[in-house]
Amino acid sequence: MLDKALFYIFGGVAVLSAALMVTRRNAVHSAVFLITSLLATAGIYLTLRAEFLFIVQIILYVGGIMVLFVFVIMLVNLDVALQQIQFSRQKWVALIVALALGAQVGLMFWSTGHVKRSNLLLPAAAPADKLPPNSETVAQSLFSAYLLPFEIASLLLLVAMIGAVVMAKKKV
Amino acid sequence: MIHATLEFLRTYAGPLIAAVVIVAVLPLIAGYVVLLERKVMAHFQVRLGPMRVGPHGLLQPIADALKLLIKEDIIPENADVWIFWIAPVTSVTAAMLAMGALAFGPAFQVAKDINIGLLFVVGVSSLGIFGIVLGGWASNSHYSLLGALRSAAQLVSYETAAGMALVSGLLFAGTLQITDIVKAQASEHLWFVCFAPVSFFIYLVASIAETNRAPFDMPEAESELVAGYMTEFSGFRWALYFLAEYANMVVVASVATTLFLGGWLRPFSGLGGPAGTALDLFPVLILLALAGYCGYRAPKQPVRVQQLVMFGVAGLCALFALVLAAPLFVGALAGAKAGIHGAFWFFLKVSAYIYLFMWLRFTLPRYRFDQLMRLGWHFLIPLSIVNVMLLGLAIVLSSQYGVNRALAIGVMNLITLLFALYLVSVEKGREDRKAAQTADQVTDSYAG
Repeated sequence: MLDKALFYIFGGVAVLSAALMVTRRNAVHSAVFLITSLLATAGIYLTLRAEFLFIVQIILYVGGIMVLFVFVIMLVNLDVALQQIQFSRQKWVALIVALALGAQVGLMFWSTGHVKRSNLLLPAAAPADKLPPNSETVAQSLFSAYLLPFEIASLLLLVAMIGAVVMAKKKV
Repeated sequence: MIHATLEFLRTYAGPLIAAVVIVAVLPLIAGYVVLLERKVMAHFQVRLGPMRVGPHGLLQPIADALKLLIKEDIIPENADVWIFWIAPVTSVTAAMLAMGALAFGPAFQVAKDINIGLLFVVGVSSLGIFGIVLGGWASNSHYSLLGALRSAAQLVSYETAAGMALVSGLLFAGTLQITDIVKAQASEHLWFVCFAPVSFFIYLVASIAETNRAPFDMPEAESELVAGYMTEFSGFRWALYFLAEYANMVVVASVATTLFLGGWLRPFSGLGGPAGTALDLFPVLILLALAGYCGYRAPKQPVRVQQLVMFGVAGLCALFALVLAAPLFVGALAGAKAGIHGAFWFFLKVSAYIYLFMWLRFTLPRYRFDQLMRLGWHFLIPLSIVNVMLLGLAIVLSSQYGVNRALAIGVMNLITLLFALYLVSVEKGREDRKAAQTADQVTDSYAG
């Protein structure tokens, strides 16, 4: 009961602020709504008892990436940005892409027709007392079963970081 | 529906009440930390500090709060009103939310035993930066904007070092859960500051930078930016920023206490026998001494009201001493000893950490912004990364290859210190070269 209510609250906030994020003219307002949307998504993770995912979402996306976003937005002259046309008006391409995406999602729902409607709307949360401690489980699978993908991902990030440093530096 | 509500209340009434207590009491604590800071600053500078309201200025925070509440609330023209409204609230909310997961003793914790404990505190309290950045932007003022930009850059730079320092502490705890971290230190009979002194130092520096306090208070440097991001804020909104800053101080002090200084454990927590009993009696005795001193000074106060308040303070100290003594001497209350004494030690350690903050603030001159960035990126971040790797190596060596644990940890800490010296020498060389370069050019100190 409480889980369901929380899910709809967080979900509603996430969708609403995502829509507002796209429609605001002011870039800082957009950023604030993006932050709200990310926080609401984190709340949904929490209702699913995925507390590690919840805190990683907050630390990385909200506390890290969005701070940099806002930082960059402030350096941009907003008055100029406000005068410019906000949307690139490629209505037809957008319509086709949206329709294709909608068709995909609809196909998925339709093909799994035997899944009950209630299950479809709200994946059942695992009971908290039966779930093993979250961060330990993530660490175990990250450093045993998924060790190679994890290392490859970190190597990629390292390469990207070094590349950024080399490009930003005036004289090497 | 009513049944569900009752069920909800039955499960969550305790945490809800505790949360309300935090929200209600925190402003009072923050107010008194401000008073303490003003008093300490005054004594450092051989002044008296606030003396007018109440005896020895003890009621100053309440007068300040009343004044700020009834002050005119000014919103600058062309400010982004909506963001101007929510910015201070964001800062305060983040700080208070983080406080919910902290354990102020074995018995006092709002969100009990959450698996991600320490990460939650660190992550949520870092959201307070949005209050500063958005508030600075929304004021539509150059000083505010510059303060906000500095703040964002500073926080992003120092958060990495602070996080790495926390990781090396957590290596020894093996868990993120706050009560378990303290229990791990209890079973070691040693605080983690003994295992990872370098990490503690890094966290100390980074936490000062993250709370925007001197010598790292670039976002609000008075001599350059008026008041930085809060230049345009007045009245109660300004008070909210102050509340957030002091609440954040309490949060970082609590994190450091929990992870490095043994949380609510007594010093030498493993010690029993007469020495242990003496340490158990210490809180009672120190409070009794305070009560006695206040009672002795009270008749010498010039004004009747001041005498009464002084007697009140003496009585309060005596009452606290009684509460602390009760579980030691009354057998029926012995179960409450851990909770009451734990809270006392925790608050003592947090106060000591905050006092250290103040001490540094009144001793060290303010950094320049490029020096601040260099310290963060060239010194603290490499040092903290090397520190984590070496301490991890020490743990693996002692647990897998049978090397003496204390020896391994000691050697690794020494290597970290040597690395720190190397970093300092590299930095020194870089500065010398720069000085040699600029010495060639004719310098005009009034140009540009």
